[in-house]
Amino acid sequence: MSVKRDSFSVSITVGAYGSAFGAAAVAADFSVLQACLLSLLLFSGASQFAVVGVIAAGGTPLNAIATSTLLGTRNGLYGLRLAPLLKLRGWKRVVAAQITIDESIGVALAQKDEDQMRKGFWYTGFGVFVFWNLFTLAGALGAQAIGNPSAWGLDAAVPAAFLGLLWPRLSDRKSWVLAGFAILLALTLTPNVPAGIPIISCTALAIIIGWRK
Amino acid sequence: MSTFWIAVIGSSALAFAVKYIGASVPETFLSNPRILRINTLIPVALLTALVAVNTFADKTQLVLDNRALGMSAAVVLLIAKAPFPVVVLGAAITSALAYRYI
Repeated sequence: MSVKRDSFSVSITVGAYGSAFGAAAVAADFSVLQACLLSLLLFSGASQFAVVGVIAAGGTPLNAIATSTLLGTRNGLYGLRLAPLLKLRGWKRVVAAQITIDESIGVALAQKDEDQMRKGFWYTGFGVFVFWNLFTLAGALGAQAIGNPSAWGLDAAVPAAFLGLLWPRLSDRKSWVLAGFAILLALTLTPNVPAGIPIISCTALAIIIGWRK
Repeated sequence: MSTFWIAVIGSSALAFAVKYIGASVPETFLSNPRILRINTLIPVALLTALVAVNTFADKTQLVLDNRALGMSAAVVLLIAKAPFPVVVLGAAITSALAYRYI
């Protein structure tokens, strides 16, 4: 398959999930404008859902920012890996940084030679950006039009989206063990500490379990 | 400034900072295997906690409601290897039906 076709099919399928994000954001009382700004400026699916999920659970803005940023650290590592290949300078580095996400890196790393890798990164990054933002707007407007989010199941769409993002990462025993402990810790803390804290506390579990080989 | 605006602007600014720093520092930095291992586990921990809290919590109370049924549908669909939009839609429809009829 050509790199253009790879990039396009990833862009349109992933972009379509943007509608789930737009709807989830509006269901959590974000405005349509705020939902769209998150997709334009934050532009990293899991982190965007985290902002919405933490606020929807009653967490503070600081908590939402911390959770979303921790989820976004992997984008920094992707950049580390791809920057030498892309030979970034000046404004090009700014644009490349913004579109450094799971999908642009994924398509780039699946290519055979360096030229194709560069193309894969740029095509997929731009493609996902365009479709993700268009679908966010559509989802946000749709959710705004339908009213009560529970009646349409939007309150379950948020955790389902998280589960969909989590599922492919449960690739070995270690991640399953971690997930089990994270459920226990988050739910044990929920009635005892302010909302939002149970989520971010689970970072400690990742450090403990990741410390040993 | 409202809760929502602080969350939107703060998280967006930091997300870009992380991406930009990654694209700017030398590659040898952060190549410690322990840091890489922890970095791949952090999303697992946070996403799992987000699933649990957004399914079973209402502010600081644990509850069992229509969302739990929606999530059971999501798990079944994921085990059946359904694509992401089908999973989200299946959870939403199941939850909406439970909300209406239970």
